[in-house]
Amino acid sequence: MAYVRRKVILFVITLWAAITMNFALPRLMPGSPVDAALAKIASSGQPITNAQRRAVEIQLGSPHGSIISQYFDYLKNVATFNFGTSYSFPSQSVSTTILNALPWTLILVGMTTIIAFIIGTLLGVYAGWRRGTAADAGVTLTSTLLSAFPPFWLGLLLLYVFAFKWGMFPLKGGYADGASPSLDPAFIADAIKHSVLPGVTLAVTSLSGWVFGMRNNMINTLGEDYVTFAEANGIRPRTVALLYAARNALLPNVTAFGLSLGAIVGGSVLVEGIFSYPGLGNLLYVAVTNHDFPLMQALFLVITVSMLVAIFVVDLLYARLDPRVRR
Amino acid sequence: MTDLTSIPPGEHLPDQHLEPVPPTRTSRLPLPIVFVARAIRTLWSNGKARIGLTILTVMILVAIFAPLIAPHSPTATTFQPYQNPGGSNWLGTTGNGQDVFSQLIYGTRVSLLVGLVAGALATIVAVGIGLVSGYRTGVVDEVLSFITNLALVIPGLPLMIILAAYLHGRSIWTIVLVVAFTSWATGARVIRSQAATLRERDFITSAQFSGERLFRVVTREILPNMTSLVAGSFFGAATAAVMAEASLEFLGLGNPNTVSWGSILYFAQQQNALLTGQWVLVFAPGLAIALLAVSFTLINFGVDALSNPRLREK
Repeated sequence: MAYVRRKVILFVITLWAAITMNFALPRLMPGSPVDAALAKIASSGQPITNAQRRAVEIQLGSPHGSIISQYFDYLKNVATFNFGTSYSFPSQSVSTTILNALPWTLILVGMTTIIAFIIGTLLGVYAGWRRGTAADAGVTLTSTLLSAFPPFWLGLLLLYVFAFKWGMFPLKGGYADGASPSLDPAFIADAIKHSVLPGVTLAVTSLSGWVFGMRNNMINTLGEDYVTFAEANGIRPRTVALLYAARNALLPNVTAFGLSLGAIVGGSVLVEGIFSYPGLGNLLYVAVTNHDFPLMQALFLVITVSMLVAIFVVDLLYARLDPRVRR
Repeated sequence: MTDLTSIPPGEHLPDQHLEPVPPTRTSRLPLPIVFVARAIRTLWSNGKARIGLTILTVMILVAIFAPLIAPHSPTATTFQPYQNPGGSNWLGTTGNGQDVFSQLIYGTRVSLLVGLVAGALATIVAVGIGLVSGYRTGVVDEVLSFITNLALVIPGLPLMIILAAYLHGRSIWTIVLVVAFTSWATGARVIRSQAATLRERDFITSAQFSGERLFRVVTREILPNMTSLVAGSFFGAATAAVMAEASLEFLGLGNPNTVSWGSILYFAQQQNALLTGQWVLVFAPGLAIALLAVSFTLINFGVDALSNPRLREK
């Protein structure tokens, strides 16, 4: 239980530190982000309303009020999910905008992470087991190349070939224009079709991490005494590889799983951006290109907090899987 | 295979196969140069790392001699815009009438510079924090470990995007700093655990008892035993930096006046190059980024093989 208690305390402190960092960043930046943000809106020809000025000031720091009272206002706003008004989507609150986008990213990133994890782990087991053969070299080399492709670049190429040239998949969006999200089978089929290209892009570029991690772990466990002992006992090599070695080699990858979610959500900013996929990543892309600071800051907080929660859950899960870490 | 359980903990650590650093150094070269030279010599023995080092060397030469290699000025807008490859413009022209091939050659400078400098800065931070945190116990370690863990779990690319968006008057150095600031944590964590193991070993204790100063113990006794870890964090951070630079430029968060692989991609996207059939504009810079990243990754394989004897090629 000491392990769980330590993890909970650490989680709470990290959460507080992340929230505070989100408050501090714009205030530590040189110049006044408020003025810069308002100047950006003004230069786009849009008149600045008092509500907008207020929204920007609350998020980025206003010259009024002490930094401490600003901090408590900010904490209160975070606790009540009040992130003000964004200027890319002025008709709704930032929280509504984010809540609408959240499920798309959750499903897209969730599915691709699981698929990449399964395929990558299996390939890693195979490469580690067949270490030194042509099959191992093939798997390792392909993964090296794939990991070096910038995700957004691969996305652009897939978009060009499969959507633009061959018309097999839609060019952009998460569902057909004019459709409204529902649980209708036709809509779901359409949404799946829209998610294939961004999903493949994210899965392919995140695959290699699992391959390398698993290959290294396999090579380490294959050198252990109990594996040699099992082999000497005449147990079939395939059984040894999968049931003896791979099972233990998998453990370190569980913690990596949590951390990798962050990388994929991060990578989805550009991938969702180029596919105009209606998720958080695309929202951040839109926010950055429009200099929409309130939306940007709220999104960063949401992404960070979901990361912390994911890692916290994975840590607890890991303690259940591997009794050694509980000590 | 050697039975690893019979080896005392720490004995199979990185670089144990290297000849030990002689106690009386005859070389008059500064320590960092000796350090790098030793690392490169060892890396060259690994097949994958050799390919990586070759690609990297070619890229460095291209960057240095860019004005001699590029047939045109990368910024001159003197050509017919939106041209496909051919004639004097081997890779076609941009929507502003610039020669893409020349831009690609000059872009090597930016990507290499950002990769190497941001990688080096991130490594310096990682080594500093990792060494102190691993060598000292108690409050110092707790605080530094907490900061490292925080930096590790905060998603890097979104943080970079936010930082770059807040900063005005961007130059390539802004991007270098932003990237370095967000990519030191993995290295720091690895180096910390290695420093913590080394701290307990006899030769460190004997150095401490012989009255060596802390700085000397750390730089002369601990650091040389971490060559491969330091090199590993450098190439890891450099790969991340090359990718991050391209991503930020692609988002339009870099300096639009810089000619870099990321900015070629940014303008290609702005001018809908794919939809007008100018796929070379997107394909070429991405491939260049991938090639540089592959070279760093291959070198890192060599480093991995050095630090883990079981991964060494048979």
